[in-house]
Formats: sequence, structure tokens, C-alpha cells
Amino acid sequence: MISPTLLYALALLLVPVLLVIAYSFWTQNYLEIDRTFTFENYRLALTEPIYRDLFVRSLWISLLTSAITVGFSYPIAWYISFHGGVHKNLWLFLVTIPCWTSYLLRVMSWKVILGYGGVLNTGLMSAGIIDQPITSLLYNANAVVITLVHSWAAFAILPIYVSLQKIDRSLIEAARDLGDTPLRAFMRVTLPLSMPGVISAFLIVMIPTVGDYVTPKLVGGKDGVMIATAIQAQFGKGANWPLGAALSVTTMVLVSLAAAVIVLSLRYGVRRLR
Amino acid sequence: MPDRPMLSIENVSKYYGIYKALDDVSLQIGEGEFFSLLGPSGCGKTTLLRSIAGFDVPTNGEIRIDGVPCTLLPANRRPTNMVFQNYAIFPHLDVGENVAYGLKRLRLGAAEERKRVSDALDQVRLTGLDKRKANELSGGQRQRVALARALVMRPKVLLLDEPLSALDKKLREQMQVELRSLQKAVGITFILVTHDQYEALALSDRIAVMFGGRIAQIDTPKEIYQHPRTRKVADFLGGMNFLQAKLLGDHSGNVSVETSRFGTINLSKPQGFTAANGHVTVGIRPERLRLLWDEERAPHELTGRVENRAYFGEVTYLTIGVEGLEQPLSMVETNDYGADDLPIGAEIRLAYDPDAFVLLVEDEAVSRVG
Amino acid sequence: MLQRMRLLPFLPIYVAVYFVFLYLPILLLPVFSFNNAATTTFPLAGFTTKWYASLWGNTVLLEAARNSLMVGICVSLLSTTLGICAARAITRYRFRGQHPATGLIMAPLFLPEIIVAVSLLMITLQLGLELSLLTVILGQVVFCIPYSMSVLVSGFEGFDRSLEEASYDLGETAFGTFRRVTLPVVAPAIVSSLLVTFTISLDEFILAFFLSGTEPTLPVYIWGQLRFAAKLPAVLALGSLMIVASVLLLTTAEVLRRRAERRTQAALGH
Repeated sequence: MISPTLLYALALLLVPVLLVIAYSFWTQNYLEIDRTFTFENYRLALTEPIYRDLFVRSLWISLLTSAITVGFSYPIAWYISFHGGVHKNLWLFLVTIPCWTSYLLRVMSWKVILGYGGVLNTGLMSAGIIDQPITSLLYNANAVVITLVHSWAAFAILPIYVSLQKIDRSLIEAARDLGDTPLRAFMRVTLPLSMPGVISAFLIVMIPTVGDYVTPKLVGGKDGVMIATAIQAQFGKGANWPLGAALSVTTMVLVSLAAAVIVLSLRYGVRRLR
Repeated sequence: MPDRPMLSIENVSKYYGIYKALDDVSLQIGEGEFFSLLGPSGCGKTTLLRSIAGFDVPTNGEIRIDGVPCTLLPANRRPTNMVFQNYAIFPHLDVGENVAYGLKRLRLGAAEERKRVSDALDQVRLTGLDKRKANELSGGQRQRVALARALVMRPKVLLLDEPLSALDKKLREQMQVELRSLQKAVGITFILVTHDQYEALALSDRIAVMFGGRIAQIDTPKEIYQHPRTRKVADFLGGMNFLQAKLLGDHSGNVSVETSRFGTINLSKPQGFTAANGHVTVGIRPERLRLLWDEERAPHELTGRVENRAYFGEVTYLTIGVEGLEQPLSMVETNDYGADDLPIGAEIRLAYDPDAFVLLVEDEAVSRVG
Repeated sequence: MLQRMRLLPFLPIYVAVYFVFLYLPILLLPVFSFNNAATTTFPLAGFTTKWYASLWGNTVLLEAARNSLMVGICVSLLSTTLGICAARAITRYRFRGQHPATGLIMAPLFLPEIIVAVSLLMITLQLGLELSLLTVILGQVVFCIPYSMSVLVSGFEGFDRSLEEASYDLGETAFGTFRRVTLPVVAPAIVSSLLVTFTISLDEFILAFFLSGTEPTLPVYIWGQLRFAAKLPAVLALGSLMIVASVLLLTTAEVLRRRAERRTQAALGH
């Protein structure tokens, strides 16, 4: 029964990705593709300063975004799980609604909010709090992070909520019974047991955001450009597919490595809590 | 053995890889019989029931229903119907639609169908509830709907897979009585799977006790309780005091054995008995031991010391240590004379009836029966 | 148990602030779409519906809307069908290679979308195919299957095998059982999946941007309009309509999903 779906995923996900990997080892000569195996694209991707800067910035932004998203979402997930009462599903639905609406429109909305003549500046000015529009709101890495945190909120809340729901409440009562304060019981029981949710929230935010295209394009300005813009450029006018492929593969490898480091350090950190 | 088998299972085995869920099972069940498959979980009773229903296909052997071979017949073409353990009430249909589910295919006509449904609901005492939604039913009502839905098909054999296990104690006891009288009223062959020995004893005409994919004994409830054939069967159906004994004489119909404290006992030989090395196991039920009070005398008595006592309201369970016996004896005594007040360590005398002993076959020696 | 934690009284306030942060951007678009000014600045300049009216005469936009609708319907049908196959297999059977297979199918959730887009673009052009709405559909289905599966798995999970067995036992055939038991019980989950995947397709931008060729979908059309500041109010109006549509579709999907859940749970006497 799974086979049609699996075949579809093989044909339209695995095969294309393998093709990207293959291309990353080839070279483009004008319109011809030279299929001799080479690391040249990777050398370029890793040593060329613009790409290096883009990789560093993309990783940094995705790391920051996922850390902030997970950190800000945890209390919400905890609140819904422990104090959501009978309407937990309604709470979750309300959390997810904004994330289901068009991603493009939400990014656009942040542009409207943060812009020079935008909602925040004109609002603060007409309220008399500031005299001059704040110029540092839009077109930088901060704007990108704010927008991404907003976009991915629900994706962080859901996995954390699920892992919190799975915790047997009597375990927390047992910790209290054995003399822990509420805070210590949280640190020693709830938090470690919800770690799988925290980790998957981290991954589900971090990996996709590293390759985000729309947000940096719309609100990032010159200082917020990320690697996706460079990848897209290789498939547009100045087409160089092998380089674009190498940039894509490098992005995936780097973000996977970063994610592995994060996962391991989170696990280690939690073990210290016991 | 029933005069006319409604269901006949011949040398049925079911293997999952090397695991034998059913190991060469044979039995016959008569028309109108209430038959129970009793055993611990994993003994193969559910696999056997599902093979009869047509959900599991045996690896070997043959199943005949009313003389018709149907080992390979799919479930929807067998004259059997099943009451599922979780009742499997269709959630998108109301009570009436659930009961009429199987009738729809028979194209009986609206009037006949309505009549059959309402008759079936009357039978299970759910009259007038046909418009109830599936999620508005209590546990007992679900069970009745499942029963009506199966009975309305007028099956030759009705299969019940632990139908009472999801109900609480009070309701379970009430449903046992109803199930028994319902079965007598409709006269259909019922096959019940259960792990509850009291349920099996209370409901059945005959019981098959199963262990490890094999049938250990098939008998009436009384026979199975009073004359368990093997140590495992004896143990599974209530308490039993086991004693090691030495074989003195092996005659055609009976044997005499020597026990360390109960003297020489003559016992009838169970089917399949073979004395291995002169040592045998005999057993006596706790309630067949009786305390002797004051000056009362009995032809066969024994002295011991109270080691433990558990109060059960109307009765008290006593553990009596007897010198020369490896294991203390357990016995159950009514509280009429003050068994509940016996101090631990008290010296007591107890009476026994040598006829109450049964000779048990060691389980390794169990071969096929039935 | 944590009532006595000192931070706890502040938590509801935090939750409230968080929700404002979540909803502010969504609610601002409709607010400005009715504002009688070409810029998005405070104070508001009065109520108007002219931006909405301007949408009607725009043939390019209507064409894009038609494309989006077509793509959305195809994507939701295709991904839900494939989702049903996979969800049924996962909830019903245990088989060798289940984990890698599920992992592959769910992978788009954990991949940067641009990489999926780029890889599909490359294979399409490599095979010498034209970029068209068809390539958008094929690509969006890859992306929608994980969501479809999550919705369907939660609907199928409660669906106990014994319901189908009960149906066979009462004399129904395999096809009849599917029609009379399986389908009705899981129908709400299926409809819910159709609505969710339709919404995703309607709002999806990256894959459409890379794969649509000369036929834009609504998000691709909006992207093109964003360069022109003067067209912003009309885009806001269009965006507001899309948000309303998404919210309505998702609410319906949620109601159906929960009904499905209740139903399957009721069947098992939970």
C-alpha cells in the first residue's frame, strides 16, 4: 500500500536530490555540461569569500532563529499542555492558524510593519514616542530573524507540546513527593523528558530556515542576504548549475553538521541537569 | 462427546514462523452447546476462535461447520458470527443500522429487516434504542449491540472473544446470567474465549483448557474442576494442594499410592496416565480439607499448625504447616466456628476424605486428547 | 503542581503577548486593505473598498487565480490519494524498511524548500520537459504528502482492524467493507487532508516560483507585484482574501479532523 507514495517520493525527491549531488561534481562550459568528476565547485563554494560569508550568515541566522523560536515557544507549549484545560485542541489550532496562512504574505506584512514609513515607525511617531523613523528596523539580519521566528512558531510549539503531553503527570508528582521544589521538578523531570520534542523543534526550524529565500529577499536588505539568493542566482541569468548544486549540497551538509552539534550538546546539557 | 458435531476441528495447527500458536488441536462441539476455550493469554484460544471465524487460516488441519469443510472459506462466507473483544461497533452508524449491517446484503425487504432488527434488540433488552448513536452507549449496551448484530444473522455458531472482559465486576456477573439464558433461548452453538475460570465454569456446558497451543483437557465444568487431568489444569482452575507420592500398585482402572502424611490412597487412573519412575503427583482442593473443632473426630485426620491466615468475609483462607510435608497445605474454612479468629501458630487438627484426592498427569506427558 | 512557582502568574501575560505577536501581521493586512491611502502608514486615512474593486478588472490576476485553483485541486487530490496509501500502510502494517520509507516521504518537512525546488527544476529541465503548471503540481505534491499523512494518520490510528473484521464477519465483501465501513469512518480525515493540502498549495510560493514557467499562481503573481509600491494596496486586498480563504478552509479541516477523531475513539469505547 505504501508503494505508490514511496515510488512518488523516490522519483520526485530522492532521484532529483541525487541528480543535484551528481551535478555538484560536474562542470558547466557555456551550454555544455562536462561530466568529468571534479571538486572545483566545492573549492569555489568553500573558499570564495562571498559564499563563505553567506554560509556563515545563513547558519548563524538559522541557529539564532531556531534558538529564539524554541526558547519563546517552550513556555507556550508548556502552558497549553499543563494549563490548557479541556480546550487544548482549540489552543493548538489558534497557534497554528497564522502559520498556515501564506508565508509570502506574512513576510510582506513584516515588511509593512518594520519599514521606514511602516506601521511601527508611523505608529510610534503618531503616538509621540519617537520624532524620527527608526531606520534600523528593516533590511538587516534582525528583521530576517524576527520574521522567521514568527513564521516558524507553530512548528516549534507542536513537537514540544506533543512530548510534554506524553509525560506521565505522576512522574512530576513523584519528584515533588521526593522533595523537589516545583522548579527543580521541572528541571529534573519535565525538561529532560520533553527533550525529544525540543530537539525535533530545533531541527524542524533550523534546517528549513537555513535555505530561506523569501524572507531575506524581502526584509533582509544587503546585510540580510542568505545563501538561497546565491543558489537561485546560479539557476537564473548567470546560470551555473554545477555551482548552484554544490552550494545546495554544501548548505545541507553544513546545516546537518550544525544540527548534529546542537542535538548532542542539548542532550549533554540535559544530562547535567539530573 | 456430542451426538452430532456442529463444529469439528481436526488436527488444526497454526505456525507463525517457528512459533506454534496452535499445535495439532482437535475437538468437536455439538449443536446448541455452550463451549468455552479457557486458558492464559498466549495459549492459542484466540487464534483458534479466529480460525473458526475465518480471520486466521490454519497452517494444517481442517475445520468443518455443520459438516461443511470451510478451512479456507473467507469470513464473510461462513455461517459464523462474532462478538469482538472491543465490540467493534461501527462508529458512523446508529444502533439500528449496526444491527442491520449484515442483513442489508441479504435483501430481505424493509419490513422483514425492521422486524428482525427489533426482535434482535428485544432479545438483548435494548428495545427502542435503535436510533441511539454509537458514541452514546455504555459499555454494557455496546456489548448488547454487538450481540444483537451477530445474533440477527442467525449464525450456526456464535463466537465470543472475551466479551465480558471490558465490563466491571457487577455488570460482568449480570451479563453472565443473561448470556447463559440468551443462549438457552436461541439454541445456537456458542463458543466463548475467556481467561476467567469462574466465567467458564459458570457459563459452559463444556470447557476446553488450553496451554501453549494445545488442549490439555476437555470436560464439563464439574468434571474439569473435580478431576483435572494435569497439574497445570488443576492449578489454573482454582487452588490445589500438590503432594508427591510413591506408586505402590498399578491396576487396570486404578492405582494405589503411598503419601508421606496421608497414608495409602487408592485413586482412579486418568486418561493418558503413565507412571514414569514410580513417583506421581496427587492433589486435593483446599475446600476438601476441614478443620476439626473441640472433641470432633474423623476417620482420617492430620495435625498441623496455622502459618498464615487471610480473611475473605464469608470464608478464611488458612495455610497449615504439617510436619513431614514439603509445602504447607492451603485450606478454606467458613467462619461459622471462628476460623477467622485462629491465632497464627495455633495447633489444629484437620479432616480429609481420601476419595477427594486426584491423580495428576505430569504436563510433559500431555498428548493430544479429544 | 507548578501553581506555586513564582513565575507562573506572568505566564498568561506572556501567552497573551505571544498571541499578539502571532496575529498582528495577519490582522494588519486586512486593516490596510480597507485604508483609503496608497501607503501603509498610521494614522489610518479612512475606509474604502476600492482596492478590492480594482482586483476584479485585473485579467492577469484572475488568470493567476484560475491557475492557483487548478493547481490546488490537483495537488490536494493527488497528495491525499498518495497520503491515504501511505497512512494506511503505516497505521496497519509493520514491514521491513518502514522507517527509511516513512523518513523519505516525510523528508520535505525537514528540508530547505529551495533545495527541493532546485532539484525538481534540474530534473525537469534535464529530462527536456517544459516548466508548466504540471511541474508545479508534481512538485507541490512532494511537499504536501507529509502534511496529508500527518492528518490522515491521526484519523486512521483509531481505526481498529476489528471494525473491518466485524464487517467481513457479517457477510460483507472486501469492496463492500471498504465502501460501507472504512470510507465513511475515515471520510472526515480525508476531507480534512484535502482542505489542508489545498490551502498549502494555494499559499505555496517557492516551488511555484521555480517551476511555474510562464503561468503564474497567485503567490507568484503577488511576488511580481511587490516591486511596484503603487500596487501594494491591491496586493494587500488580494492577500486579505487569501488569508480569509485559508482560515475558513483550515477551520473546516480542523472541525472535520476532530469529528473523525471522536468517531474512531467512540468506536473503541474510549
